[in-house]
Amino acid sequence: MVTVFTPISSFGGGLAIGLGAVLLMLSLGRILGATGILSGTIFAEDREELKWRAAMILGMIAAPILIFLFTGKMPDVNVPISPFMIVLGGVIVGFGASLGSGCTSGHGVCGLSRLSVRSLVAVPTFMATGVITLYIIRHVVGA
Amino acid sequence: MKLLSALISGLVFGIGISISGMMDPAKVLNFFDIAGTWDPSLAFVMGGALVVTFFGYRIVLKRSKPMFGDYFHVPESKMIDRRLIGGSALFGVGWGIAGFCPGAAIPALGTGRWEVALFLAAAIAGFALRRIFAPAQKAAVS
Repeated sequence: MVTVFTPISSFGGGLAIGLGAVLLMLSLGRILGATGILSGTIFAEDREELKWRAAMILGMIAAPILIFLFTGKMPDVNVPISPFMIVLGGVIVGFGASLGSGCTSGHGVCGLSRLSVRSLVAVPTFMATGVITLYIIRHVVGA
Repeated sequence: MKLLSALISGLVFGIGISISGMMDPAKVLNFFDIAGTWDPSLAFVMGGALVVTFFGYRIVLKRSKPMFGDYFHVPESKMIDRRLIGGSALFGVGWGIAGFCPGAAIPALGTGRWEVALFLAAAIAGFALRRIFAPAQKAAVS
């Protein structure tokens, strides 16, 4: 399906994403990496570490609800794939992001801005495999 | 104050994700579809986020310590190994299949859509599988 190009709202959203990451560094001295925050909540090894991560997740989940309360409209979530593909993609995302120590937020936003060598390798890698995977699915297999 | 700060950081991040279009898999998948219905919006999300973190981190990290913590937990590793490259490559494959990444899916849970819950359950299963099949060193997930 065709989606509308939204440079302004996407850039504005990006600014807020960055602000969230800076606030977390300022207050708790932590990198905002969604993979680490989620897996650190589920597989918690330390109670103190669990508490701030759980609070963070709560804040994240509250965001679209707050937007709904103010605007009367939930943000768009259009899922053009089957439940099987959601599960397949989800398992690979979880395994890969955990193995590679980060995802779009940790490596992409926080790592790149610190010019982390690991992130400078990770981000082009996952962007490239994302493009290749989608190309195969849509233009080779033709799903 | 620690928990309130985490809550607010999460809320601001989540609002950004909601506005940006990141929680819409149709949009994310189109970002990858350079040869088809390409939608470059997500490059603007990354651009906006990086402008703020690039300068924001530099200002914040001049402090001796965070407001409510003893020190900045900033990964210092420079090791480029198979885990980093293989893991990132796999992450991209999964992202290209599902159109969700963890940072977008967690706030998207607030929309109440079952697809999001399914994706996150699968991703958590993926974390568990990694812990079983590739435990090795303590994974310094950022």
